Amino acid sequence: MGLLSDPNRRRALISLLTRLNAPICVVCYMAGVAWFMGLAFEPFTLRTYMSENAMGSTMVEERFPAGERALGTGREFSAHKKKAGGMPVDWLVKTMQSRGLEVFTQRFSRRLPFPDEDKERYMVKGTNVYGILRAPRAPRTEALVLSAPCSPGDDNNQAVGVLLGLAQYFRNQVFWAKDIIFLVNEHDLIGMQAWLEGYHHTNTTGMDWSPLQGRGGSIQAALSLELSSDVVTSLDLVLEGLNGQLPNLDLANLFYAFCQKIGVLCTTQGKLQRNDWDSVSGYSHAVQTMMLMVMKQASGRPWGDHGLFLRYHIEAATIKGINSFRQYKTDATTIGRLLEGMYRKLNNLLERLHQSYFFYLMPSLSHFVSIGYYMPAFGLLALILLLRVSFQPRLLTTYLLTDGVPGVLSVLTPLVISHLTGVALYTLPIHFQEIAVEHFPVSETEAVVLTAIAVYTAGLALPHNTHRLLTGRGTENGWKVLKLVAVLYLAVLLGCTALINFSLGFILALTLVPVAAFVTPDVPKALSAFIMVILSPACTLLFSVFLFQELQEMPVSFLDGWMLYLSVISQGILDHALYGSLVYPLVALLVYPCWLLFWNILFWK
Amino acid sequence: MKILTLLSLLATHLSASSVNIEENAGQFFSSGHTNNWAVLVCTSRFWFNYRHVANTLSVYRSVKRLGIPDSHIVLMLADDMACNHRNPKPATVFSHKNMELNVYGDDVEVDYRGYEVTVENFLRVLTGRLPPSTPRSKRLLSDDRSNILIYLTGHGGNGFLKFQDSEEISNVELADAFEQMWQKRRYNELLFIIDTCQGASMYERFYSPNLMALASSQVGEDSLSHQPDLAIGVHLMDRYTFYLLEFLEDIHPSSKANMNDLFKVCPKSQCVSTPGHRTDLFLRDPGSALITDFFGSVRKVEITMETINLTEPIQQVEQNFVNEERQKETYSYVDQLPVSEIIHQKPKQKDWHPPDGFILGLWTLILLVFFKTYGMKHLKHIF
Repeated sequence: MGLLSDPNRRRALISLLTRLNAPICVVCYMAGVAWFMGLAFEPFTLRTYMSENAMGSTMVEERFPAGERALGTGREFSAHKKKAGGMPVDWLVKTMQSRGLEVFTQRFSRRLPFPDEDKERYMVKGTNVYGILRAPRAPRTEALVLSAPCSPGDDNNQAVGVLLGLAQYFRNQVFWAKDIIFLVNEHDLIGMQAWLEGYHHTNTTGMDWSPLQGRGGSIQAALSLELSSDVVTSLDLVLEGLNGQLPNLDLANLFYAFCQKIGVLCTTQGKLQRNDWDSVSGYSHAVQTMMLMVMKQASGRPWGDHGLFLRYHIEAATIKGINSFRQYKTDATTIGRLLEGMYRKLNNLLERLHQSYFFYLMPSLSHFVSIGYYMPAFGLLALILLLRVSFQPRLLTTYLLTDGVPGVLSVLTPLVISHLTGVALYTLPIHFQEIAVEHFPVSETEAVVLTAIAVYTAGLALPHNTHRLLTGRGTENGWKVLKLVAVLYLAVLLGCTALINFSLGFILALTLVPVAAFVTPDVPKALSAFIMVILSPACTLLFSVFLFQELQEMPVSFLDGWMLYLSVISQGILDHALYGSLVYPLVALLVYPCWLLFWNILFWK
Repeated sequence: MKILTLLSLLATHLSASSVNIEENAGQFFSSGHTNNWAVLVCTSRFWFNYRHVANTLSVYRSVKRLGIPDSHIVLMLADDMACNHRNPKPATVFSHKNMELNVYGDDVEVDYRGYEVTVENFLRVLTGRLPPSTPRSKRLLSDDRSNILIYLTGHGGNGFLKFQDSEEISNVELADAFEQMWQKRRYNELLFIIDTCQGASMYERFYSPNLMALASSQVGEDSLSHQPDLAIGVHLMDRYTFYLLEFLEDIHPSSKANMNDLFKVCPKSQCVSTPGHRTDLFLRDPGSALITDFFGSVRKVEITMETINLTEPIQQVEQNFVNEERQKETYSYVDQLPVSEIIHQKPKQKDWHPPDGFILGLWTLILLVFFKTYGMKHLKHIF
C-alpha cells in the first residue's frame, strides 16, 4: 500500500500515457504553436506602463532650440569625413572641446578571421572619439551615454550633428546629476566593442585597443542614434542585442511615452501600430511584428550599436530615424527635444533600471508579453519530449544488465562521433580556409561558408560508416537507449537555450521536437530522411531567411535568398569571433550533434 | 419719570457691557494653553518626492508667520531638495509653479535632516526620551500647558506611514506615543494633521484625551498631488496642503476663525480624495477652538492697573574665602550608555514556571500508567 499515492491510479495514468502517447504529443505540439500565435492577439497582451517611480511621467519641459544648427554641424562633419577618408578625428576633437566637453580618443585595430564581404573589411583600424560632459555638482559616480556611429559614405551625418548640438545644449544646464558621455564610434560594432572593453577593463574578444584616458562613472543607460536624413517621418526603436538580450522594458516605455507626448510617429521593427486588433489583417500585422522580433532575437546578433552594452548590464536601445513617403515630417529640433526629455528623465534615476521586465516580446510598441505568458508555449513543446521519455520505463537498467559492455559501446560511439563532427564543424571552416582557397577558385569568405556546409553534409553520411567501426551489429535495444539519451539531451539543451534566448529555443524546438519524438529505425527510411533533413538546423535557417525577408515586405528570389543564406552563415561565424555571440557555437557544438544522434537512430541496423 | 427710565436703561446697558467684558475675558482664557509648539515632519526622500518637502516647508512658513518661533518648532526633513544635483534652481524649493514662491532660504532651521529622520527619533522627540547630550533645538520641551501641532507628510498606507523607504510607523505606535505624552503631561491639546495616502487610518487608534486629528484622505483613497512644474520636472505640492495653505493665508494672529472652518478645507471637488477629521477625543467643542490656538503663538496679555509689590531682592550668599577652600565640584561627561547599569544588571523577575524536567517526567508517568492499564497493543496506534 503506497503512502503518498495510489498505485492503482498511478498504473492507470501510466497506461493512459502509453496508449495515447502519440495523440497527446500531437495535441501538445498544436497547443504550443497555437499559444505562441495567440500571444500577438491584443486582449492577451498588456499595455506598457512606466514601472520606475523615479522616472515618473513625461513631465519635463523640453527646450532644445538648435535643430538647424545641428544639421549644419552634420554637414560640416560630412565634408571633413570625405576629406579625411574616414573618421575626422582632429575636427571632432576640436568641435567637442569648443562645446566644453572633456575629449579623449581611443585607437583600436583588429584582423578579422576572414574578410567580411557585407561590410567589405578585413584589417580594421580605427579611432573612437568621445567627450564627457561632467555633472556640475554631482560626484562622478554615474554616467549616461549618447552615441552616434561614424559610417562610411553619407550615412549618419545628421546623427553626429544632432549629437553635437545636444552636447552644446546640455552643457548649459545645471541639473545634470550624472556625467554624459557623447561617443562617436568608428566601424560601428567593432569600435563600440573596443570602447566598451576599454571602459570596463575587460578583453574578451582579443581586440587590440589603446586604454581610455578619461572615464565617467558606471554607465546607467545608453542610447545610440542613427539618423541619415534632415527630416524624418518616423522613429524606429531597436531593442534586440547580442545573444538575444533585451534592455529593460522601462527604456522602451520611456521612448513610447515621449513619442506620444511630443507627437512623433514611433515604430518598432519598422512596422506602424494599428488599432484594429479584432480584424484579421490587424491581427496578422501584430503577428508579423512579433515574428520579426522573434527572428531578430533568435539570430543572436546585435541589431544596433546598443546591442553590445547589454552584456555589461547597461540598458541600451537604438533610435533610428526613418524617412519614408509620408506627409507629416519631423524636424531635427523635435528629435532633439525628444532626446532631451528622455535624458532628463534618465537623469532622475537613482538606481539602474530594474523595476520592469527584462524578458518580453512586443507585438507593438504599446503592448508587450512578459516571460510568464510566453514561456508556456515552449513548455508545451518540451512536455512532448518528457512524454516520450516516460514512454520507456526501466529501459536503461535492463539494457545494461542484458547487453553489457558491447551494448554500452554501441551507444557511446554515436555520441562521441556526433560530437566530434560538431567540433569539426566549429573549427574546420576557419582553419582550413587557406587550403580551400588554394584548391578551389573561391574567395576566403565563400571558402569558410562552403567548408561549413560541406562538413555539415558529410555528417549525414556518418551512420553508414559508424557501424563499420563496431565489431558486431548494433543490438536491438541499443537504439532505444540512444533515443532515450538523445531525447533527454535535447530536452536539457532546448530548456537551457530557451531560458537565455527564448526565441532561439522556441524555433529550434519547433523543428527538432517532432524529429525527436517520432524517429525510430522502423519508419520508412527515404521519406523520414527527407523530413529530417528539412527539419535540420541548416534548413531551418534557410527557411527563416526567406521568412524574414517576407516579413519585412522585401521578398527575394531563390537565388538571392541562397546568397543571403550564405552571408548569414558567414556573419554568424564573424559575430562569434568578433563579439562573442553564442549562436554559432551552440548550433555547431550542441544542436547539430544532437540532431546527428537522431539521424543515427534513423539508420540504425 | 423719564430720568428714571433713562437711568434704568443706562444701568442695564452698563450691566450688559460688563457681562460682555466678562464673556470676552472668559473667552480670553478659555483655551487653557500658555505656549505653542509645532513638530513638522517630512518622511520621504528622493528627488521625485520634492512635493513632500515643499509641503512641510510651506506649513513651516505659515506657522512662523503666525508667531511660533524657531525655538518652538521641530522641523524634520528627510531629504535635501534645495541642494539636490537635479535641482535646476539650486538653493530653492518652490511651492507654486512658475517659481512664484520659494519656501527655502537662510532663515529655515532644519532640526533633523537626512538620515536623522527616523521613526525612533520621531518617537523620542514626542516622548522626550532623548539622550542628555541632545541640543535644545532638537527637543520638544513642552509642558502641560502647551498646544502642539503635529504635521506629517509622505507616503503612507492603511495603518502605517513610510519613513525614508526603509521603515514604517504604525498607527498603534503613534497612538501609544500620544498616550505617553498625555501621561507625562507633555501637552494640553494636540492637533494632528497628516497628508498621505489613506491618512485617516493613522488617527483611527488614538485613545488619549484632547487630541484632534485631520487627514487628507480616507482609507482606500490616495491623496493626489497638485501641480507639476515643467521646468523643474516634478510635482510641487500635494492638493490637501495646497488648499490648507490657501486657507491659512487668510489667517492672521488675531483672527477668530475656528476649527470648524478648518474641517471644510479642500472638499472632494478640489481634493479628489475625501478629507477626514476626528474630534471625539477633544474635550472642548471644536467650534470654540481657534485656528491660532494651534497654528500661531498668540501671547495672552493681561492689562492691570494695580501695582504689585516685588519681594526683597535675592540676598547674596556670603563667601568665606579666608580659611576654607571652596568645595569644587568635579565635572565629567555624561555617559552615552548607562554602562554601570548594564554591567550590574540584576536578572529580571520572570513569572515562575515549573522546571522543564518536571513536566517531562509528569507526562512520562501519565503515559506509563495509561499503557499499564490498557495494554501495550495500543502503542502502535500512537506511532
